[in-house]
Amino acid sequence: MISANLSAIFYLISGILFILALRGLSSPDTSRQGNYFGIAGMVIAIVVTFLSVGNFSTSLTFVIIFLLIGGLIGAFIAFRIPMTAMPELVAGFHSLVGLAAVFVAIAAFLNPEAFNLGFVGKIKLASLIEMSIGAAVGAITFSGSIIAFLKLRGIMSGSPITFGGQHLLNLILGIGIFVLIYFLCISQSANIFWTVIMISFLVGILLIIPIGGADMPVVISMLNSYSGWAAAGIGFTLENTALIITGALVGSSGAILSYIMCKAMNRSFVSVILGGFGADSSSDNTKQKKDQKPVKSGNAEDAAFLMKNASSVIIVPGYGMAVAQAQHALREMVDKLKKNDIKVTYAIHPVAGRMPGHMNVLLAEANVPYDEVFELEDINNDFANSDVAFVIGANDVTNPVAKTDPKSPIFGMPVLDVEKCKSVLFVKRSLSPGYAGIDNELFYKDNTLMLFADAKKMTEDIVKNLD
Amino acid sequence: MEIDPFIFRLSIFILSIFIGYYVVWSVTPSLHTPLMSVTNAISSVIIVGAIIAALAGSSESVFGTSSIFGFLAIVLAAINIFGGFLVTQRMLQMYKKKKDKKK
Repeated sequence: MISANLSAIFYLISGILFILALRGLSSPDTSRQGNYFGIAGMVIAIVVTFLSVGNFSTSLTFVIIFLLIGGLIGAFIAFRIPMTAMPELVAGFHSLVGLAAVFVAIAAFLNPEAFNLGFVGKIKLASLIEMSIGAAVGAITFSGSIIAFLKLRGIMSGSPITFGGQHLLNLILGIGIFVLIYFLCISQSANIFWTVIMISFLVGILLIIPIGGADMPVVISMLNSYSGWAAAGIGFTLENTALIITGALVGSSGAILSYIMCKAMNRSFVSVILGGFGADSSSDNTKQKKDQKPVKSGNAEDAAFLMKNASSVIIVPGYGMAVAQAQHALREMVDKLKKNDIKVTYAIHPVAGRMPGHMNVLLAEANVPYDEVFELEDINNDFANSDVAFVIGANDVTNPVAKTDPKSPIFGMPVLDVEKCKSVLFVKRSLSPGYAGIDNELFYKDNTLMLFADAKKMTEDIVKNLD
Repeated sequence: MEIDPFIFRLSIFILSIFIGYYVVWSVTPSLHTPLMSVTNAISSVIIVGAIIAALAGSSESVFGTSSIFGFLAIVLAAINIFGGFLVTQRMLQMYKKKKDKKK
């Protein structure tokens, strides 16, 4: 058994190691080392907890068994999961953190003595407030992440579910949670505690169902942030520095990512949370345009010819590439192009895909060196000097309407200036609009050649034609 | 007048938010997905609470009403810790520079 002061110092050390873990991610070179710092911090926190409780009875054996069961499941998932499934994996992991927070709060409520928080029915006021907030946020994180997971996995439709009075209901439930916590503090009643958790589960569900599939980057980041705040709430209850530091780090990390995602879509955070985007399609307008404007379409042979005669090609990947699992075929194509001394770079829009950095991971998986992959602001000027833009699975993030038509719902969103290229190859299954429900003007430009096919199949065909 | 220990914890909390703010802004956008998976893993340090709850049971009744929640939380957090760090590691291994390849 070690003293409380000594264990507090070790918790501080583990908190610092977690900070270094995030710091390492500032560059891919230092990132692996950063991950080891994170693991070291976690090992220290767990070992110190064992030592400070100092209970080496049968309970400890079971704790280690349960730890290993969880560890094995986690390791199994980590090795088996395909990279394209990262968004739903992260959503699933968030839900586990949320539920763990709820369980710890329940355990603390049922047995406050173990945590030095007073006695059943006489829990310290501050601790009671902290644990109920931790439990509520944890419950919202849990059920919200489950919905996000189901939507990302395609088990549940990605389209927003809205109904009248939805926001009013959420508001009432939200206020209800605070009122109940107030009464909980007065009465210490277990029933009220359970009710708070149940309502929070409901709020989590209601909060995420109105948000459409393509707003998922924001949702995942937001839930990331919530899981942090839940951990911090529990950290205050347990008076544990490591948890407080980590909770704050994760909370602000998720918040920053949400902000970056919102900015990349030129939408306010509030409008994303209120949801419903993508439900109203301006379909009449779209159909008219289709009738009027001719579209040039081509096949793999045309595409291969165009690219062979280019001196520079910029690849614009999007969610469609992830769905079709086309990243490896794409890489093959790029290898062939490079052999012909064609300069190839990748342009990535911040919201391409379903989570922040989604495309970067997929390209990294396909062995694309990360110094060939550029972010929007770094590469946008290069389109004007390039011969071919190869758009694979992206749509709205290339739509010039965002720059020209103030009436468009995506007006003002930063987009890739794909149309400035000498020619644009657009791989897409059909002319259907993207999630925003807006027609892409790029389809009808003179320099655009539409390649109607599955992204993977088309890329493979192009590879054949490049020989 | 003595200062309530809560104030110290609050200070740690607020300062950590600031640290988080500056550290996360310096994360390169191409590593945002590993950032999410690693934050996931470290937020599972909540396992310390779960361990305390689980160890609170006596030798006669290992699975009391409160410790059972501790045990469940241990499993959930452990999935996250192992899964989160390993998947992050797996992703980070894939990020390679052009030069490395030619060697």
